[in-house]
Amino acid sequence: MGEVLLSVHGLSKSFGANPVLRSIDLTIERGRVLALIGPSGSGKTTLLRCLNGLELADGGTINTPGELTLDFTTPPTRSQLNALRDRSGMVFQHYNLFPHKTVLQNVLEGPLVVQRRPRAEATASALELLARVGLSEKTHTYPFQLSGGQQQRVGIVRALALQPQLLLFDEPTSALDPELVGDVLRLIKELAAGGWTMVIATHELEFAREVAHEIAFLDAGTILERGHPSQLLRDPQHERTRQFLHRVLHPF
Amino acid sequence: MTADPSRWALFVSALWPIVHGAIASTIPLAVVSFAIGLLLALALALMRLSGNRLASGTARVYISLVRGTPLLVQLFVIFYGLPSIGIVLQPWPSAVAAFSLNVGGYGAEVIRAAILSVPHGQWEAAYMIGMSHRRTLSRIILPQAARVSVPPLSNTFIALVKDTSLASLILVTELFRQAQKVAAFSQQFMLLYLEAALVYWVVCLALSSAQGSLENRLDRHVAH
Repeated sequence: MGEVLLSVHGLSKSFGANPVLRSIDLTIERGRVLALIGPSGSGKTTLLRCLNGLELADGGTINTPGELTLDFTTPPTRSQLNALRDRSGMVFQHYNLFPHKTVLQNVLEGPLVVQRRPRAEATASALELLARVGLSEKTHTYPFQLSGGQQQRVGIVRALALQPQLLLFDEPTSALDPELVGDVLRLIKELAAGGWTMVIATHELEFAREVAHEIAFLDAGTILERGHPSQLLRDPQHERTRQFLHRVLHPF
Repeated sequence: MTADPSRWALFVSALWPIVHGAIASTIPLAVVSFAIGLLLALALALMRLSGNRLASGTARVYISLVRGTPLLVQLFVIFYGLPSIGIVLQPWPSAVAAFSLNVGGYGAEVIRAAILSVPHGQWEAAYMIGMSHRRTLSRIILPQAARVSVPPLSNTFIALVKDTSLASLILVTELFRQAQKVAAFSQQFMLLYLEAALVYWVVCLALSSAQGSLENRLDRHVAH
């Protein structure tokens, strides 16, 4: 087993009387890619959001070995939450770019305003990242002038620019036109090959098979099974997983 | 009204006092009151949106009082009422106080709605990059809310410009008061009140066009 970046034990979360996560256990190792699959409402998004503190779990723990232990039976302090947030960058389904800022300003907002890195260094690395995703020409345009695929690439660069240990993707291609999905998936695949640690909630099973080291199938707030992609997708152990895969792979 | 040369001469000779009233009193009164009122409105909007029940309750009661009572009554309470409990304000400060408090109440609801109109994902993206609540508000949310609130706040401002005519009733010599004086002296009420109306209209036209260019400026980030 590799170096553990984050481990989650017994994580649970309810919205009112409605449990969304039921005692989730998870370890995330450095350099590995974990794909979360499962039906809508199974808790994939909520799990990701809990990992970066956008949603507060109401039970269980999140550990970053040797540094941080968050026990959600009592509400975490602001500094604990910030420490958790600092480790990860997140990419949203609907991009959530800042519409009143240019592409470059979107990317620099975190490094400059929050992390207070020197402007020259932060700008140079932002421009390099934008060049890597083919957006050098777009640094001074506003998000509304970009296609969905370009916006999502900016969203990814914004997360990368934070230099996080962990990248979280919340259905990064669900809002895209089908013809633009490929570009974004290719980029994520490159990042995976480059050694980034990632957790990806996705409906793209073929993509998950190619890019993930491990797939976890969530249903009704629990991880029903997890395993190597080809094994889990070819030979699922649970009837529920089988049904889900069948429906996704053979929609009609 | 026939084209009587003496009336025309009166119109011309009254124009400067009326315009002077606009420049020296009406416009500064409106601008100063609006600026103070906006700060108050922002504070009240944030109080209403805060999780703190005392703060949001206080703001709610304040807004209800301001919107539920006539501006003229508020003005009279401040200028003629407060002296009886020992607080004596001159006409100008009384007018500024009444108008600012009034703008605060109306503007608060506009700003609150504008803040709520910014998609929740904007808060999340800002939190994601590590921003604090306060910084998210000032750098991400308020700039976007500003665009949304320009048209309704312009309405508030234009209404305020016209409402400053009420200050004539607490002895502020603004635009309308000047017209009243000349009218009383010349007995040409129709002419002078229409002249006053005309000057208000010109001021408001200028404001509407300023609103248009401000919207265009803030629209540069938005798809049409």
